Amino acid sequence: MSTPLRALIITVLAIGGTFGLDPFRNYQLATAAACFAAVAGLTVLVGLTGQLSLGHAVLMAAGGYGFAYAASAVEGPWPLALAAGLAAAAAVSGLLGLLLGAAAARLRGPYLAGLTLALVIALPAAVNTLPLGGDQGARAPFFPVPEALSALIAVEQWHAWLAIAVAAVAVTPLVMLRAGRAGLRMRAVLDDETASRLSGVDPGVVKAGAFAASAVPAGLGGAVLAIATQQVTPGGYGLAFSLLLVVAAVAGGLGSIGGAAIGSVLVTVLPWFIDELVAAAPAEFGQRLDGNLAVLLFGAGLIALTTAWPGGAARLLDRLRAARPLRFATPSTTTER
Amino acid sequence: MRTPRPFKSGTFKNAPFKSAAAMAAAAALGLAACSTPGGGGESVPGVTDDTVTIGTHQPLTGPAAAGYSTISAATAAYFEYVNANGGINGREIEYVVKDDAYDPAATQTVVRELVTEENVFAIVNGLGTPTHSSVLDYLDQQGVPDLFVSSGSLTWNQPNVYDNTFAFNADYATEGAALAQYAVDQDADAVICVLGQDDDYGEGIIEGVETVVGSNEIAEVQRYSVSAEDLTAQIGAMSAAGCEVNVLGTINGFTAMAVGTAAQMEWFPKWYVSSSGADYPTLAGYLGEDLAPALLQGMVSVNYLPFSPDGEWVALFEEINAEYNDGAPFTGNTVFGMSVGYLFAEALAKAGDDPTRESLVEAVESGELVGNGIVPLSFSEDDHAAYRAVGVTVVDGGVQDYVGTTYEVSAGQVAAVEPSPVPLENEGIPGA
Repeated sequence: MSTPLRALIITVLAIGGTFGLDPFRNYQLATAAACFAAVAGLTVLVGLTGQLSLGHAVLMAAGGYGFAYAASAVEGPWPLALAAGLAAAAAVSGLLGLLLGAAAARLRGPYLAGLTLALVIALPAAVNTLPLGGDQGARAPFFPVPEALSALIAVEQWHAWLAIAVAAVAVTPLVMLRAGRAGLRMRAVLDDETASRLSGVDPGVVKAGAFAASAVPAGLGGAVLAIATQQVTPGGYGLAFSLLLVVAAVAGGLGSIGGAAIGSVLVTVLPWFIDELVAAAPAEFGQRLDGNLAVLLFGAGLIALTTAWPGGAARLLDRLRAARPLRFATPSTTTER
Repeated sequence: MRTPRPFKSGTFKNAPFKSAAAMAAAAALGLAACSTPGGGGESVPGVTDDTVTIGTHQPLTGPAAAGYSTISAATAAYFEYVNANGGINGREIEYVVKDDAYDPAATQTVVRELVTEENVFAIVNGLGTPTHSSVLDYLDQQGVPDLFVSSGSLTWNQPNVYDNTFAFNADYATEGAALAQYAVDQDADAVICVLGQDDDYGEGIIEGVETVVGSNEIAEVQRYSVSAEDLTAQIGAMSAAGCEVNVLGTINGFTAMAVGTAAQMEWFPKWYVSSSGADYPTLAGYLGEDLAPALLQGMVSVNYLPFSPDGEWVALFEEINAEYNDGAPFTGNTVFGMSVGYLFAEALAKAGDDPTRESLVEAVESGELVGNGIVPLSFSEDDHAAYRAVGVTVVDGGVQDYVGTTYEVSAGQVAAVEPSPVPLENEGIPGA
């Protein structure tokens, strides 16, 4: 089955799945879909080219601001505003990604991580200097449920639909890129830069390209968040959120798109779940930790998770799949690698 | 030629994933109702025969926590006091407090959770301009009463756009104008400068000061961002400009930082601070109990709530604080939180035996609420601002109290008026 067809099926199934969720869960799903787009980009970047970016939140913010301003500027039917916003989100984040990629091609390991980290820390100052609305951020237009559907679904569910659709548009090309020639080149560069240069693959071009290719889905993820919340603020794209994206990529399994989906759901649902847990705990216990109990539990949970499954959720899936043919004692047809 | 695929093209479309999605789709048919608008039936959200559930978003952690996290605890304590005395119209008030860490992105999540999961009757006293702005449209779309926002932005007073949103604080332009007027009344030739937060808060204060001194007549205007680490540059510039009266549109943490930074430079100008950043006990917490009385001596501020140390409201609130709030430190935030609770209880009592969201909003718009301020409330159908007049307070020997001067600000004119404090009735529990 071709990748676009499979993506289409999964998208339709996911949209069907929104009927099983209440409005708040659908809002969380939209947030997870936004994270998924960004984390998918990040996981391909880290897993396939070994470039560690701690600044993907800034790429999301770039997409979010691009979306907010472009979609607000367009006067016309909502699909037009949506399309203009998404195009602007992809363009702005892609451009920023390309710029970063040019620098990334010359930096490695901790230096690149440092550069991208600086970007996240500079974001609040940047939005205060540039005409981007300061700490209050920019308003994004509200997309109400279309007339024909308004009796059937709530606004959160409608936004979840848009989020799923945009995430699909963002991630599918990435899957194809990864499986195709570009993916091979990235792996070659990761394995040995000298060897790949000898084979006629320019590591600089591949690295810069990979950065830009990973920035566009992140930007679209930012656009999805802007759709769901009608607001883009620098506070929403801080250091904690940026690191959370890395956590999602690692917890899901570096390089795996399916893992990115699991990781995104995890980082969306886990903090909420822990808050619920903390709320259930005796109040005195929580007060003594000055509201930090949730943070503490989250950290402990992550450490436990990475210790139990160092390869992330994706490796767990791999193991399940590998076990299946054995269990049914059918001749193995998996001749990967 | 297409490249063969030597690698699996990702677990994106593996079997467990697909079957999970299929199951979800199957479940959808049965569960569609829970996602359909208006599926809740005819009952009023958050209201049962013996409870009313309301919610709020507050900075319990994060940059604003140190200044404001005690407000919601005070409000909750007041509601416990009301509940212990029979509630309002036989209903207990359940107050659900969610932490948003003063981060608009978090506000959006927690407010949606309050509305869709906790099914709250109303949002009461959501704190912060950037935070609450981010949920204004959402609450409007959902038709949730959005009462007594804890911020002095003019945004909350737009009855034609946001018909369910009401302010609680006196707006910042009113405060700025009153502060500037007092400064001019004290010394007509004083060099007046402003340090403001770079959002609606700071802009409102600047606007207010300009109504008194004239536009572009402020000697020096400096701004800071909440994410800033220090104010050295701003205070340095103000000192260099020869400022004599510094009007501050700052939150508590930054007020303390401004006063502290200036003291380090051995510069001691007059401080005129907006009520949102002038709570003496909170500032003393930042500056240290030993230094605060000296550093804050003569600090001028404005307020509208009954926090005179020897007043009857403070006596009642101190009792409630001791009994229901574990004797937490008694500050201006305590008075603020309990006053908000009192005003909501009053609105709920006025909303009738079977309150609905509509009757609650009507009760506030009726103009019959009196609150507990030192000046009258101004709520009406076409005015969603709470207080249009403020009283001047001064710190003297570590005690912050009203000096009796009260200004009313309307249509760009500042006029001195007589304060009209609301007497305490029925032990602080509003009746219908």
